[in-house]
Amino acid sequence: MKVHAKVFKYGNDVNTDEIIPARYLNTSDPDELALHCMEDIDKEFIKKMKKGDIIVAGKNFGCGSSREHAPIAIKAAGVSCVIAESFARIFYRNSINIGLPIFESPQAAQEINDGDEIEVDPNEGWIINITRDKKYTIKPLPPFIQEIIQSDGLMPWVKKKYMEVNKE
Amino acid sequence: MGMTIVEKILAAHCQREKVEPGDLVIADLDLILANDVTAPLAIKEFEKAGAEKVFDASRIAFIPDHFTPNKDIKSAEQCKIVRDFARRFKLDNYFEVGEMGIEHALLPEKGLVLPGDAIIGADSHTCTYGALGAFSTGVGSTDLAAAMITGKAWFKIPPTLLFNLKGRFKKWVTAKDLILYLIGKIGVDGALYKAMQFGGPAVHDISVEGRLTICNMAIEAGGKAGIIEPDEKTIKYVEQRKQRNYTVFKADQDAAYEQELEIQLDDIEPQVAYPHLPENTRNVQEASDVTIDQVVIGSCTNGRIEDLRLAAEVMKGNAVADYVRCIVFPATQQIYLQAIQEGLVDIFINAGAVFSTPTCGPCLGGHMGILAEGERAVATTNRNFVGRMGHPKSEVYLASPAVAAASAITGKISHPEEVVR
Ligand code: SF4
Repeated sequence: MKVHAKVFKYGNDVNTDEIIPARYLNTSDPDELALHCMEDIDKEFIKKMKKGDIIVAGKNFGCGSSREHAPIAIKAAGVSCVIAESFARIFYRNSINIGLPIFESPQAAQEINDGDEIEVDPNEGWIINITRDKKYTIKPLPPFIQEIIQSDGLMPWVKKKYMEVNKE
Repeated sequence: MGMTIVEKILAAHCQREKVEPGDLVIADLDLILANDVTAPLAIKEFEKAGAEKVFDASRIAFIPDHFTPNKDIKSAEQCKIVRDFARRFKLDNYFEVGEMGIEHALLPEKGLVLPGDAIIGADSHTCTYGALGAFSTGVGSTDLAAAMITGKAWFKIPPTLLFNLKGRFKKWVTAKDLILYLIGKIGVDGALYKAMQFGGPAVHDISVEGRLTICNMAIEAGGKAGIIEPDEKTIKYVEQRKQRNYTVFKADQDAAYEQELEIQLDDIEPQVAYPHLPENTRNVQEASDVTIDQVVIGSCTNGRIEDLRLAAEVMKGNAVADYVRCIVFPATQQIYLQAIQEGLVDIFINAGAVFSTPTCGPCLGGHMGILAEGERAVATTNRNFVGRMGHPKSEVYLASPAVAAASAITGKISHPEEVVR
């Protein structure tokens, strides 16, 4: 999964109420949630972004409630990946579990600006800022997490590991 | 090197002698929970996977508390998904409107979360049960769906921060002020991926209810879990309620903590957290002249009987300020009843406050007290993010029930001393 896209940049402590306001939580339909993605931090986001674009943010991205609606809204909006200095832990977990690629890279997150064009290759472990001609390396994910991602998320992994075993 | 209480609980749940921070484990779970916002997603995932049975119908708790009694048609439909699933799989712990309460107050009250348990909940404030000496943490709906099938979840063993509590609270200073003060000190990501353990001699003076308030807000510092080793108070609390057996774990003498911080309770004044982050704390005495439109007393943080007693003590014989709405919502039906029996409801209603049925309602800007553009509220809840209680341009100030009640009376953020002599 190599991506090449434009960046939408946000600051520290972007919380799940900003990513998907609670007033829309009476549905869990991804397409409906996507319509309100980032609404309380950037009303224009969903109008301006194109499929495949990337969110880059500061520290503690996704803090607040455990709502999986947040990474779902981001994924359904068509965002290809999120890069941040750090992630709130439930958001981190949820993203892995639903198959939204996310990367922690403090230096890249600090230096990449809004509107920059970047390229990301998670398998080879690098980010290139094309606009500024700069390359960053990303730490590989722990093997166990990779196993979940390679199975396309937690549920397919569980299916493979538990449900098919139980049937025998 | 010994183990911390969190390490011991998790080691026991993955049948290992020893675990260390950073280890990835798959642990057996004692209880899993979800609510009307998160359960429907988990159910969808469960069904998509083609699962036909749950791992244990007695260890899944579904509590529709966020938009209930159903706020609108969409909420009604979400709740129906949860109810139908509970009925189909004969879940022992489905709580319908009438017996439900806010999940994190209800489960400890019912004796469904116990010392030594490993618990996940599809709700970030699941960290609350650490107050009883359990390892308990919030996850998303997919984790929950997987756990409904397997009874297990994956964890990275967190490092532990130890807060050594010493001294005594001053009058009008509460567990809520302590946790707000700590979040102000270490920041909203100060405990990111870590367990926050509260220990030291003063912890034994804090009631179980106060401990639930403290652990409830560990997530507001980014924490994976809050935890307090069980003592006599814990045992007394759970013995009256327990629905199964439990094991008490305590840290080894030579357990390794990532950091130890000493906190003098005497140093703490009543706190208020300014918008829009729980870390923006100040002493109430230093609050600028903030006039308010609404006061909310309740939630999984401060909706227990002790909280209502404290608010009533401040409100007794006083009246809510003109043009201010004061909404009190007890966390469970049991607390509701007790508040009636103790005469607290009389005090609130005579003061001009609303006394609501248990629900999360206003806490997350769901219903039952939404803020308009430009309005301000003092709330005993746990989050003051942008738009949390309504319009994105409204403001929430977090405080204890005593400060909230005093503020309702004066119409601006106030120290309880200003209204109680
Ligand atoms: S009371 Fe508020 S914080 Fe607690 S579970 Fe309900 S919505 Fe969440």
